[in-house]
Amino acid sequence: MQKNAYLGLGLLIVVLIALPFVLPNSYYTDLAIKIAINAIIVIGLNLLIGFAGQISLGHAGFIGIGAYASAVLPAHFGLHPAIAMAVGALTAAVIAGVVAKPIFKLKGNYLAMATLGLGIILNIVLRNEAQWTGGPDGMSVEALSLFGFELSSDKQWYWVVAALLAFSVWASLNIIDSPFGRALRALHGSEVASQVVGVNVVRYKVSIFVLSAVFASFMGSITAHYVGFVTPNIADFFHSIELVTMVVIGGMASIFGSIVGAVLLTALPQALATFEGWETVVFGCVLMLCMIFLPKGLVPTLSAKLGKGD
Amino acid sequence: MSLLEVEDLSIHFGGVKAVQNVSFSIDSGIIYSVIGPNGAGKTTLFNLITGVYQPTSGEIRLDKEMIQGKSPDRLAELGIARTFQNLQICMNMSALENVMIGAHLRLDRNLLKAAMRWPSLRRRDNLLREEAAELMKFVGVEQYIHSRSDSMSYGALKRLEIARALAMKPRIIFLDEPAAGLNPKETIEIDELIRKLSGSGITVVLVEHDMKMVMNLSDRILVLDYGRKLTEGTSAEVRKNPDVIAAYLGTHA
Repeated sequence: MQKNAYLGLGLLIVVLIALPFVLPNSYYTDLAIKIAINAIIVIGLNLLIGFAGQISLGHAGFIGIGAYASAVLPAHFGLHPAIAMAVGALTAAVIAGVVAKPIFKLKGNYLAMATLGLGIILNIVLRNEAQWTGGPDGMSVEALSLFGFELSSDKQWYWVVAALLAFSVWASLNIIDSPFGRALRALHGSEVASQVVGVNVVRYKVSIFVLSAVFASFMGSITAHYVGFVTPNIADFFHSIELVTMVVIGGMASIFGSIVGAVLLTALPQALATFEGWETVVFGCVLMLCMIFLPKGLVPTLSAKLGKGD
Repeated sequence: MSLLEVEDLSIHFGGVKAVQNVSFSIDSGIIYSVIGPNGAGKTTLFNLITGVYQPTSGEIRLDKEMIQGKSPDRLAELGIARTFQNLQICMNMSALENVMIGAHLRLDRNLLKAAMRWPSLRRRDNLLREEAAELMKFVGVEQYIHSRSDSMSYGALKRLEIARALAMKPRIIFLDEPAAGLNPKETIEIDELIRKLSGSGITVVLVEHDMKMVMNLSDRILVLDYGRKLTEGTSAEVRKNPDVIAAYLGTHA
Protein backbone atom coordinates (compact mmCIF):
# COMPACT_ATOMS: atom_id res chain seq x y z
CA MET A 1 0.00 0.00 0.00
CA GLN A 2 2.69 2.48 1.00
CA LYS A 3 4.88 1.81 -2.02
CA ASN A 4 1.93 2.46 -4.33
CA ALA A 5 1.12 5.65 -2.50
CA TYR A 6 4.62 7.14 -2.83
CA LEU A 7 4.69 6.01 -6.48
CA GLY A 8 1.49 7.99 -6.88
CA LEU A 9 3.20 11.02 -5.31
CA GLY A 10 6.02 10.73 -7.87
CA LEU A 11 3.48 10.59 -10.67
CA LEU A 12 1.68 13.61 -9.24
CA ILE A 13 4.92 15.62 -9.17
CA VAL A 14 5.63 14.71 -12.81
CA VAL A 15 2.13 15.82 -13.80
CA LEU A 16 2.45 19.05 -11.82
CA ILE A 17 5.77 19.86 -13.52
CA ALA A 18 4.51 18.98 -17.01
CA LEU A 19 1.19 20.76 -16.69
CA PRO A 20 2.27 24.40 -17.32
CA PHE A 21 3.83 23.34 -20.62
CA VAL A 22 0.58 21.72 -21.73
CA LEU A 23 -1.96 24.26 -20.52
CA PRO A 24 -2.91 26.36 -23.56
CA ASN A 25 -3.75 29.67 -21.86
CA SER A 26 -4.12 31.51 -18.59
CA TYR A 27 -7.74 30.40 -18.22
CA TYR A 28 -6.53 26.85 -17.73
CA THR A 29 -3.67 27.92 -15.49
CA ASP A 30 -6.20 29.73 -13.33
CA LEU A 31 -8.36 26.59 -13.24
CA ALA A 32 -5.35 24.44 -12.30
CA ILE A 33 -4.50 26.81 -9.43
CA LYS A 34 -8.07 26.70 -8.12
CA ILE A 35 -8.09 22.92 -8.36
CA ALA A 36 -4.81 22.64 -6.46
CA ILE A 37 -6.05 24.99 -3.71
CA ASN A 38 -9.24 22.96 -3.33
CA ALA A 39 -7.27 19.72 -3.41
CA ILE A 40 -5.13 20.80 -0.45
CA ILE A 41 -8.18 21.81 1.60
CA VAL A 42 -9.90 18.55 0.70
CA ILE A 43 -6.84 16.51 1.71
CA GLY A 44 -6.97 18.15 5.13
CA LEU A 45 -10.69 17.50 5.36
CA ASN A 46 -10.25 13.90 4.25
CA LEU A 47 -7.84 13.31 7.14
CA LEU A 48 -10.74 14.30 9.41
CA ILE A 49 -13.65 12.68 7.54
CA GLY A 50 -12.16 9.72 5.68
CA PHE A 51 -9.40 8.64 8.03
CA ALA A 52 -10.63 9.65 11.50
CA GLY A 53 -14.30 9.11 10.62
CA GLN A 54 -15.50 12.47 11.92
CA ILE A 55 -17.50 15.08 10.01
CA SER A 56 -17.26 18.82 9.55
CA LEU A 57 -19.96 20.73 7.72
CA GLY A 58 -18.46 24.07 8.66
CA HIS A 59 -15.02 23.91 7.13
CA ALA A 60 -15.54 26.89 4.85
CA GLY A 61 -15.68 28.93 8.06
CA PHE A 62 -11.99 28.18 8.63
CA ILE A 63 -11.18 29.09 5.04
CA GLY A 64 -12.94 32.37 5.72
CA ILE A 65 -10.83 32.99 8.83
CA GLY A 66 -7.62 32.61 6.83
CA ALA A 67 -8.87 34.62 3.87
CA TYR A 68 -10.06 37.52 6.02
CA ALA A 69 -6.99 37.48 8.25
CA SER A 70 -4.95 38.04 5.10
CA ALA A 71 -7.33 40.74 3.92
CA VAL A 72 -8.06 42.64 7.15
CA LEU A 73 -4.81 42.52 9.11
CA PRO A 74 -2.51 44.05 6.45
CA ALA A 75 -5.16 46.60 5.40
CA HIS A 76 -6.26 47.81 8.85
CA PHE A 77 -3.25 47.05 11.03
CA GLY A 78 -0.37 47.18 8.58
CA LEU A 79 0.74 43.63 9.36
CA HIS A 80 3.04 41.84 6.95
CA PRO A 81 0.96 39.36 4.86
CA ALA A 82 3.07 36.41 6.00
CA ILE A 83 2.40 37.31 9.64
CA ALA A 84 -1.29 37.86 8.85
CA MET A 85 -1.38 34.40 7.35
CA ALA A 86 0.16 32.91 10.49
CA VAL A 87 -2.25 34.84 12.72
CA GLY A 88 -5.14 33.50 10.62
CA ALA A 89 -3.94 29.92 10.93
CA LEU A 90 -3.40 30.35 14.66
CA THR A 91 -6.88 31.84 15.11
CA ALA A 92 -8.42 28.96 13.17
CA ALA A 93 -6.44 26.50 15.30
CA VAL A 94 -7.54 28.12 18.56
CA ILE A 95 -11.21 28.33 17.53
CA ALA A 96 -11.14 24.73 16.27
CA GLY A 97 -9.40 23.56 19.44
CA VAL A 98 -11.74 25.38 21.82
CA VAL A 99 -14.96 24.26 20.16
CA ALA A 100 -13.69 20.76 19.29
CA LYS A 101 -13.64 19.45 22.84
CA PRO A 102 -17.36 19.80 23.50
CA ILE A 103 -18.19 19.06 19.84
CA PHE A 104 -16.37 15.72 19.82
CA LYS A 105 -18.37 14.46 22.74
CA LEU A 106 -21.12 14.37 20.09
CA LYS A 107 -21.50 11.76 17.40
CA GLY A 108 -23.07 11.34 13.98
CA ASN A 109 -25.90 13.78 13.23
CA TYR A 110 -25.18 15.91 16.28
CA LEU A 111 -21.56 16.36 15.30
CA ALA A 112 -22.68 17.38 11.81
CA MET A 113 -25.11 19.92 13.30
CA ALA A 114 -22.51 21.40 15.65
CA THR A 115 -19.90 21.91 12.92
CA LEU A 116 -22.60 23.26 10.62
CA GLY A 117 -23.53 25.82 13.27
CA LEU A 118 -19.91 26.82 13.75
CA GLY A 119 -19.49 27.45 10.02
CA ILE A 120 -22.64 29.53 9.86
CA ILE A 121 -21.63 31.65 12.87
CA LEU A 122 -18.24 32.42 11.31
CA ASN A 123 -19.94 33.35 8.05
CA ILE A 124 -22.37 35.68 9.83
CA VAL A 125 -19.51 37.42 11.63
CA LEU A 126 -17.72 38.08 8.34
CA ARG A 127 -20.93 39.35 6.73
CA ASN A 128 -21.93 41.67 9.59
CA GLU A 129 -18.66 43.19 10.80
CA ALA A 130 -18.74 45.50 7.79
CA GLN A 131 -16.38 48.13 9.24
CA TRP A 132 -13.60 45.52 9.18
CA THR A 133 -14.62 43.09 6.45
CA GLY A 134 -16.53 45.24 3.98
CA GLY A 135 -19.66 43.20 4.73
CA PRO A 136 -21.35 41.31 1.89
CA ASP A 137 -19.43 43.37 -0.70
CA GLY A 138 -16.13 41.96 0.45
CA MET A 139 -12.79 43.73 0.33
CA SER A 140 -9.61 43.72 -1.70
CA VAL A 141 -6.44 41.97 -0.56
CA GLU A 142 -2.85 43.17 -0.80
CA ALA A 143 -0.48 41.31 -3.07
CA LEU A 144 1.66 38.66 -1.40
CA SER A 145 5.38 39.17 -1.48
CA LEU A 146 7.84 36.66 -0.14
CA PHE A 147 11.45 37.67 0.53
CA GLY A 148 10.95 40.91 -1.38
CA PHE A 149 9.60 39.06 -4.39
CA GLU A 150 6.03 39.83 -5.31
CA LEU A 151 3.81 37.04 -6.55
CA SER A 152 1.87 38.44 -9.46
CA SER A 153 1.66 36.29 -12.59
CA ASP A 154 -0.45 33.15 -12.89
CA LYS A 155 2.65 31.09 -13.63
CA GLN A 156 4.32 32.14 -10.37
CA TRP A 157 1.20 31.34 -8.42
CA TYR A 158 0.95 27.99 -10.18
CA TRP A 159 4.41 26.92 -9.00
CA VAL A 160 3.75 28.03 -5.42
CA VAL A 161 0.44 26.19 -5.23
CA ALA A 162 1.78 23.10 -7.02
CA ALA A 163 4.65 22.90 -4.53
CA LEU A 164 2.20 23.25 -1.64
CA LEU A 165 0.04 20.47 -3.08
CA ALA A 166 2.98 18.09 -3.50
CA PHE A 167 4.11 18.89 0.04
CA SER A 168 0.60 18.36 1.47
CA VAL A 169 0.29 14.97 -0.22
CA TRP A 170 3.71 13.91 1.04
CA ALA A 171 3.04 15.07 4.60
CA SER A 172 -0.41 13.48 4.66
CA LEU A 173 0.87 10.14 3.38
CA ASN A 174 3.51 10.29 6.12
CA ILE A 175 0.92 11.05 8.78
CA ILE A 176 -1.34 8.18 7.73
CA ASP A 177 1.51 5.71 7.96
CA SER A 178 2.70 6.83 11.42
CA PRO A 179 1.70 6.01 15.00
CA PHE A 180 -0.45 9.16 15.00
CA GLY A 181 -2.19 8.18 11.76
CA ARG A 182 -2.75 4.61 12.86
CA ALA A 183 -4.41 5.86 16.03
CA LEU A 184 -6.70 8.05 13.90
CA ARG A 185 -7.69 5.20 11.65
CA ALA A 186 -8.11 2.87 14.62
CA LEU A 187 -10.56 5.16 16.40
CA HIS A 188 -12.53 5.22 13.15
CA GLY A 189 -12.43 1.43 12.89
CA SER A 190 -13.33 0.72 16.52
CA GLU A 191 -13.41 3.48 19.08
CA VAL A 192 -13.48 1.12 22.07
CA ALA A 193 -10.63 -1.03 20.72
CA SER A 194 -8.46 2.04 20.20
CA GLN A 195 -9.25 3.23 23.74
CA VAL A 196 -8.24 0.01 25.43
CA VAL A 197 -4.85 0.01 23.69
CA GLY A 198 -4.26 3.50 25.08
CA VAL A 199 -5.49 5.94 22.43
CA ASN A 200 -6.87 9.09 24.02
CA VAL A 201 -9.75 9.31 21.57
CA VAL A 202 -10.87 12.88 22.26
CA ARG A 203 -7.34 14.24 22.03
CA TYR A 204 -6.83 12.65 18.61
CA LYS A 205 -10.15 13.87 17.27
CA VAL A 206 -9.35 17.39 18.47
CA SER A 207 -5.83 17.30 16.98
CA ILE A 208 -6.99 16.25 13.54
CA PHE A 209 -9.84 18.77 13.59
CA VAL A 210 -7.33 21.51 14.42
CA LEU A 211 -4.94 20.30 11.72
CA SER A 212 -7.62 20.27 9.05
CA ALA A 213 -8.76 23.73 10.19
CA VAL A 214 -5.19 25.00 9.79
CA PHE A 215 -5.01 23.49 6.28
CA ALA A 216 -8.25 25.30 5.44
CA SER A 217 -7.23 28.64 6.97
CA PHE A 218 -3.84 28.63 5.28
CA MET A 219 -5.35 27.90 1.89
CA GLY A 220 -7.99 30.55 2.56
CA SER A 221 -5.12 33.05 2.91
CA ILE A 222 -3.53 31.79 -0.31
CA THR A 223 -6.87 32.08 -2.14
CA ALA A 224 -7.35 35.63 -0.86
CA HIS A 225 -3.91 36.73 -2.07
CA TYR A 226 -4.24 34.93 -5.38
CA VAL A 227 -7.69 36.29 -6.24
CA GLY A 228 -6.89 39.68 -4.69
CA PHE A 229 -10.41 40.01 -3.34
CA VAL A 230 -12.53 38.26 -0.69
CA THR A 231 -16.27 38.07 -0.12
CA PRO A 232 -18.12 36.26 2.69
CA ASN A 233 -19.22 33.64 0.12
CA ILE A 234 -15.86 31.97 0.62
CA ALA A 235 -17.05 30.98 4.10
CA ASP A 236 -20.63 30.03 3.34
CA PHE A 237 -22.43 26.77 3.93
CA PHE A 238 -22.48 25.75 0.26
CA HIS A 239 -18.72 25.95 0.07
CA SER A 240 -18.50 23.61 3.10
CA ILE A 241 -20.85 21.15 1.41
CA GLU A 242 -18.90 21.36 -1.82
CA LEU A 243 -15.71 20.39 0.02
CA VAL A 244 -17.37 17.43 1.74
CA THR A 245 -18.75 16.34 -1.66
CA MET A 246 -15.21 16.40 -3.06
CA VAL A 247 -14.07 14.12 -0.24
CA VAL A 248 -16.92 11.67 -0.82
CA ILE A 249 -16.81 11.62 -4.64
CA GLY A 250 -13.02 11.30 -4.75
CA GLY A 251 -12.98 8.67 -2.06
CA MET A 252 -13.01 8.61 1.73
CA ALA A 253 -9.66 7.80 3.27
CA SER A 254 -7.85 8.28 -0.02
CA ILE A 255 -5.35 11.12 -0.44
CA PHE A 256 -5.31 10.82 -4.21
CA GLY A 257 -9.08 10.53 -4.16
CA SER A 258 -9.12 14.01 -2.60
CA ILE A 259 -7.23 15.36 -5.61
CA VAL A 260 -9.53 13.58 -8.05
CA GLY A 261 -12.56 14.90 -6.17
CA ALA A 262 -11.18 18.44 -6.32
CA VAL A 263 -10.41 18.13 -10.05
CA LEU A 264 -13.86 16.78 -10.83
CA LEU A 265 -15.90 19.23 -8.80
CA THR A 266 -13.85 22.27 -9.75
CA ALA A 267 -13.46 21.52 -13.46
CA LEU A 268 -16.76 19.82 -14.24
CA PRO A 269 -19.00 22.87 -13.75
CA GLN A 270 -16.73 24.76 -16.16
CA ALA A 271 -16.68 21.94 -18.67
CA LEU A 272 -20.45 21.65 -18.52
CA ALA A 273 -20.96 25.31 -19.42
CA THR A 274 -21.77 24.17 -22.98
CA PHE A 275 -25.06 22.75 -21.71
CA GLU A 276 -26.30 26.31 -21.22
CA GLY A 277 -28.66 26.46 -18.29
CA TRP A 278 -28.79 22.70 -17.90
CA GLU A 279 -25.31 22.42 -16.41
CA THR A 280 -26.51 22.05 -12.81
CA VAL A 281 -28.85 19.25 -13.87
CA VAL A 282 -26.08 17.40 -15.72
CA PHE A 283 -23.72 18.05 -12.82
CA GLY A 284 -26.23 16.57 -10.37
CA CYS A 285 -26.67 13.52 -12.60
CA VAL A 286 -22.92 12.95 -12.76
CA LEU A 287 -22.70 13.09 -8.96
CA MET A 288 -25.64 10.70 -8.58
CA LEU A 289 -24.17 8.21 -11.04
CA CYS A 290 -20.84 8.38 -9.22
CA MET A 291 -22.49 7.57 -5.90
CA ILE A 292 -24.61 4.75 -7.38
CA PHE A 293 -21.82 3.01 -9.26
CA LEU A 294 -18.79 4.08 -7.23
CA PRO A 295 -20.19 4.31 -3.70
CA LYS A 296 -16.78 4.26 -2.04
CA GLY A 297 -15.61 7.12 -4.21
CA LEU A 298 -13.70 7.17 -7.47
CA VAL A 299 -10.19 6.28 -6.43
CA PRO A 300 -10.87 3.49 -3.87
CA THR A 301 -13.43 1.78 -6.14
CA LEU A 302 -11.25 1.95 -9.24
CA SER A 303 -8.08 0.85 -7.48
CA ALA A 304 -9.97 -2.10 -5.96
CA LYS A 305 -11.22 -2.98 -9.46
CA LEU A 306 -7.65 -2.91 -10.74
CA GLY A 307 -6.88 -5.43 -8.02
CA LYS A 308 -4.25 -3.36 -6.28
CA GLY A 309 -6.12 -2.63 -3.09
CA ASP A 310 -5.62 0.83 -1.70
CA MET B 1 1.12 -11.78 45.79
CA SER B 2 -2.13 -10.42 44.45
CA LEU B 3 -1.89 -8.26 41.33
CA LEU B 4 -5.52 -7.24 41.05
CA GLU B 5 -7.90 -6.72 43.96
CA VAL B 6 -11.59 -6.03 43.54
CA GLU B 7 -13.53 -4.97 46.62
CA ASP B 8 -17.26 -4.57 47.00
CA LEU B 9 -17.70 -3.63 43.34
CA SER B 10 -21.19 -2.68 42.12
CA ILE B 11 -22.74 -1.10 39.07
CA HIS B 12 -26.39 -0.24 38.59
CA PHE B 13 -28.04 0.56 35.27
CA GLY B 14 -31.18 2.32 36.46
CA GLY B 15 -32.87 -0.30 38.60
CA VAL B 16 -30.82 -3.19 37.22
CA LYS B 17 -28.01 -4.23 39.52
CA ALA B 18 -25.71 -5.83 36.94
CA VAL B 19 -22.85 -6.38 39.38
CA GLN B 20 -23.44 -6.33 43.14
CA ASN B 21 -20.84 -6.20 45.91
CA VAL B 22 -18.37 -8.47 44.16
CA SER B 23 -14.97 -8.95 45.81
CA PHE B 24 -12.06 -11.11 44.74
CA SER B 25 -8.32 -10.93 44.16
CA ILE B 26 -6.13 -12.33 41.44
CA ASP B 27 -2.58 -13.50 42.13
CA SER B 28 0.18 -12.52 39.76
CA GLY B 29 0.94 -15.03 37.01
CA ILE B 30 -2.10 -17.27 37.28
CA ILE B 31 -4.99 -18.07 34.95
CA TYR B 32 -8.16 -16.81 36.57
CA SER B 33 -11.59 -17.54 35.11
CA VAL B 34 -14.95 -15.86 35.58
CA ILE B 35 -17.93 -18.08 34.82
CA GLY B 36 -21.66 -17.91 35.26
CA PRO B 37 -24.91 -18.35 33.36
CA ASN B 38 -25.89 -15.88 30.62
CA GLY B 39 -26.55 -12.44 32.06
CA ALA B 40 -24.59 -13.16 35.22
CA GLY B 41 -22.53 -9.98 34.75
CA LYS B 42 -19.25 -11.43 33.49
CA THR B 43 -18.72 -9.04 30.60
CA THR B 44 -19.98 -6.15 32.73
CA LEU B 45 -17.33 -7.04 35.29
CA PHE B 46 -14.68 -6.95 32.54
CA ASN B 47 -16.00 -3.61 31.33
CA LEU B 48 -15.76 -2.24 34.87
CA ILE B 49 -12.19 -3.38 35.44
CA THR B 50 -10.99 -2.18 32.01
CA GLY B 51 -12.62 1.23 32.41
CA VAL B 52 -15.30 0.93 29.74
CA TYR B 53 -17.95 1.36 32.48
CA GLN B 54 -17.64 3.42 35.65
CA PRO B 55 -18.58 1.52 38.82
CA THR B 56 -21.42 2.80 41.01
CA SER B 57 -19.39 1.87 44.08
CA GLY B 58 -16.46 -0.24 45.17
CA GLU B 59 -12.72 -0.35 44.66
CA ILE B 60 -10.39 -1.88 42.10
CA ARG B 61 -6.66 -1.97 42.86
CA LEU B 62 -3.88 -2.93 40.50
CA ASP B 63 -0.69 -3.54 42.41
CA LYS B 64 -2.11 -1.51 45.37
CA GLU B 65 -2.95 1.44 43.12
CA MET B 66 -6.63 2.42 42.96
CA ILE B 67 -7.77 2.28 39.36
CA GLN B 68 -11.57 2.39 39.45
CA GLY B 69 -13.07 5.17 37.36
CA LYS B 70 -9.94 5.60 35.24
CA SER B 71 -10.49 5.81 31.49
CA PRO B 72 -9.50 2.82 29.31
CA ASP B 73 -6.54 4.66 27.79
CA ARG B 74 -5.13 5.45 31.25
CA LEU B 75 -5.56 1.80 32.27
CA ALA B 76 -3.72 0.74 29.13
CA GLU B 77 -0.76 2.76 30.40
CA LEU B 78 -0.84 0.70 33.58
CA GLY B 79 -0.57 -2.54 31.64
CA ILE B 80 -4.16 -3.73 31.39
CA ALA B 81 -5.05 -5.35 28.06
CA ARG B 82 -8.25 -6.98 26.87
CA THR B 83 -10.02 -8.64 23.99
CA PHE B 84 -13.72 -8.42 23.16
CA GLN B 85 -16.53 -10.95 23.06
CA ASN B 86 -18.00 -9.27 19.99
CA LEU B 87 -14.91 -8.64 17.87
CA GLN B 88 -13.48 -5.13 17.87
CA ILE B 89 -11.17 -5.19 14.87
CA CYS B 90 -10.42 -2.11 12.79
CA MET B 91 -11.60 -3.34 9.41
CA ASN B 92 -10.27 -0.20 7.74
CA MET B 93 -6.71 -1.29 8.56
CA SER B 94 -4.50 -4.20 7.53
CA ALA B 95 -4.12 -7.20 9.81
CA LEU B 96 -0.59 -6.18 10.71
CA GLU B 97 -1.63 -2.60 11.50
CA ASN B 98 -4.30 -3.94 13.84
CA VAL B 99 -1.52 -5.54 15.85
CA MET B 100 0.73 -2.48 15.56
CA ILE B 101 -1.93 -0.24 17.11
CA GLY B 102 -1.49 -2.30 20.28
CA ALA B 103 1.97 -0.78 20.68
CA HIS B 104 0.53 2.75 20.50
CA LEU B 105 1.79 3.82 23.92
CA ARG B 106 5.32 2.63 23.29
CA LEU B 107 5.71 4.81 20.20
CA ASP B 108 6.46 8.43 19.40
CA ARG B 109 3.01 9.85 18.67
CA ASN B 110 4.20 13.32 17.67
CA LEU B 111 2.20 14.69 14.74
CA LEU B 112 4.87 17.02 13.33
CA LYS B 113 7.55 14.35 13.37
CA ALA B 114 5.09 12.01 11.68
CA ALA B 115 4.34 14.54 8.94
CA MET B 116 8.06 15.13 8.32
CA ARG B 117 8.84 11.40 8.16
CA TRP B 118 11.27 11.77 11.07
CA PRO B 119 13.99 9.11 10.73
CA SER B 120 13.87 7.86 14.34
CA LEU B 121 10.12 7.51 14.10
CA ARG B 122 10.38 5.56 10.83
CA ARG B 123 13.05 3.26 12.26
CA ARG B 124 10.94 2.52 15.31
CA ASP B 125 7.93 1.84 13.06
CA ASN B 126 9.86 -0.60 10.91
CA LEU B 127 11.05 -2.50 13.99
CA LEU B 128 7.47 -2.59 15.20
CA ARG B 129 6.35 -4.04 11.88
CA GLU B 130 8.68 -7.00 12.47
CA GLU B 131 7.60 -7.29 16.09
CA ALA B 132 3.93 -7.33 15.05
CA ALA B 133 4.64 -10.03 12.47
CA GLU B 134 6.32 -12.07 15.23
CA LEU B 135 3.25 -11.67 17.43
CA MET B 136 1.00 -12.81 14.59
CA LYS B 137 3.19 -15.88 14.30
CA PHE B 138 2.99 -16.40 18.08
CA VAL B 139 -0.83 -16.46 18.04
CA GLY B 140 -0.86 -18.59 14.90
CA VAL B 141 -2.14 -16.27 12.18
CA GLU B 142 1.11 -15.82 10.26
CA GLN B 143 -0.60 -16.59 6.93
CA TYR B 144 -2.42 -13.24 7.25
CA ILE B 145 0.63 -11.01 7.80
CA HIS B 146 0.15 -9.34 4.42
CA SER B 147 -3.65 -9.47 4.42
CA ARG B 148 -6.37 -6.97 4.93
CA SER B 149 -8.20 -7.62 8.19
CA ASP B 150 -11.57 -7.96 6.45
CA SER B 151 -10.32 -11.01 4.56
CA MET B 152 -9.65 -13.00 7.75
CA SER B 153 -11.81 -15.75 9.21
CA TYR B 154 -13.65 -15.32 12.50
CA GLY B 155 -11.30 -17.61 14.38
CA ALA B 156 -8.27 -15.79 13.01
CA LEU B 157 -9.69 -12.41 14.01
CA LYS B 158 -10.10 -13.68 17.59
CA ARG B 159 -6.40 -14.47 17.61
CA LEU B 160 -5.57 -11.17 15.99
CA GLU B 161 -7.22 -9.44 18.95
CA ILE B 162 -4.98 -11.42 21.28
CA ALA B 163 -1.92 -10.39 19.24
CA ARG B 164 -3.01 -6.76 19.47
CA ALA B 165 -3.38 -7.06 23.25
CA LEU B 166 0.07 -8.66 23.48
CA ALA B 167 1.62 -5.81 21.51
CA MET B 168 0.83 -3.67 24.56
CA LYS B 169 3.26 -5.78 26.60
CA PRO B 170 0.60 -6.03 29.31
CA ARG B 171 0.94 -7.26 32.88
CA ILE B 172 -2.59 -8.62 32.88
CA ILE B 173 -4.79 -9.60 29.97
CA PHE B 174 -8.57 -10.00 30.02
CA LEU B 175 -9.93 -12.44 27.43
CA ASP B 176 -13.68 -12.18 26.92
CA GLU B 177 -14.91 -15.52 25.55
CA PRO B 178 -11.92 -16.30 23.34
CA ALA B 179 -13.39 -19.65 22.29
CA ALA B 180 -16.94 -18.47 21.55
CA GLY B 181 -17.99 -19.38 18.02
CA LEU B 182 -14.94 -21.55 17.40
CA ASN B 183 -15.01 -25.19 16.30
CA PRO B 184 -13.53 -27.89 18.60
CA LYS B 185 -10.17 -27.90 16.83
CA GLU B 186 -9.86 -24.11 17.04
CA THR B 187 -10.91 -24.26 20.70
CA ILE B 188 -8.05 -26.63 21.49
CA GLU B 189 -5.66 -24.27 19.70
CA ILE B 190 -6.92 -21.30 21.72
CA ASP B 191 -6.49 -23.40 24.86
CA GLU B 192 -2.86 -23.97 23.93
CA LEU B 193 -2.37 -20.30 23.13
CA ILE B 194 -3.68 -19.25 26.55
CA ARG B 195 -1.23 -21.64 28.20
CA LYS B 196 1.55 -20.09 26.13
CA LEU B 197 0.46 -16.61 27.24
CA SER B 198 0.44 -17.63 30.85
CA GLY B 199 3.80 -19.33 30.40
CA SER B 200 5.28 -16.04 29.23
CA GLY B 201 4.46 -14.52 32.62
CA ILE B 202 1.28 -12.58 31.84
CA THR B 203 -1.61 -12.89 34.28
CA VAL B 204 -4.63 -14.13 32.33
CA VAL B 205 -8.25 -13.42 33.27
CA LEU B 206 -10.78 -15.38 31.29
CA VAL B 207 -14.51 -15.25 30.70
CA GLU B 208 -15.55 -18.43 28.95
CA HIS B 209 -18.57 -20.66 28.45
CA ASP B 210 -16.64 -23.74 27.39
CA MET B 211 -16.56 -25.52 30.77
CA LYS B 212 -14.05 -28.14 29.71
CA MET B 213 -11.61 -25.44 28.75
CA VAL B 214 -12.21 -23.43 31.93
CA MET B 215 -11.83 -26.44 34.21
CA ASN B 216 -8.63 -27.52 32.46
CA LEU B 217 -6.95 -24.15 32.29
CA SER B 218 -7.87 -22.22 35.37
CA ASP B 219 -5.86 -21.93 38.54
CA ARG B 220 -8.84 -20.28 40.19
CA ILE B 221 -12.45 -19.70 39.19
CA LEU B 222 -14.96 -17.02 40.19
CA VAL B 223 -18.62 -17.92 39.73
CA LEU B 224 -21.14 -15.14 39.22
CA ASP B 225 -24.92 -15.41 39.21
CA TYR B 226 -27.35 -12.49 38.85
CA GLY B 227 -24.46 -10.08 39.37
CA ARG B 228 -23.44 -11.60 42.68
CA LYS B 229 -20.45 -13.68 43.63
CA LEU B 230 -21.65 -17.24 44.09
CA THR B 231 -18.33 -18.78 45.02
CA GLU B 232 -14.65 -18.74 44.24
CA GLY B 233 -12.01 -21.43 44.31
CA THR B 234 -10.03 -24.01 42.37
CA SER B 235 -11.79 -25.96 39.62
CA ALA B 236 -12.22 -28.97 41.90
CA GLU B 237 -13.85 -26.82 44.60
CA VAL B 238 -16.13 -25.06 42.17
CA ARG B 239 -17.20 -28.28 40.48
CA LYS B 240 -18.39 -29.73 43.79
CA ASN B 241 -20.19 -26.61 45.01
CA PRO B 242 -23.94 -27.26 45.13
CA ASP B 243 -24.79 -23.57 44.54
CA VAL B 244 -22.90 -23.66 41.25
CA ILE B 245 -24.70 -26.79 40.13
CA ALA B 246 -28.00 -25.18 41.07
CA ALA B 247 -27.21 -21.99 39.15
CA TYR B 248 -26.31 -23.90 36.02
CA LEU B 249 -28.93 -26.61 36.09
CA GLY B 250 -31.68 -24.66 37.81
CA THR B 251 -32.32 -27.35 40.45
CA HIS B 252 -32.95 -26.71 44.11
CA ALA B 253 -29.88 -27.97 45.84
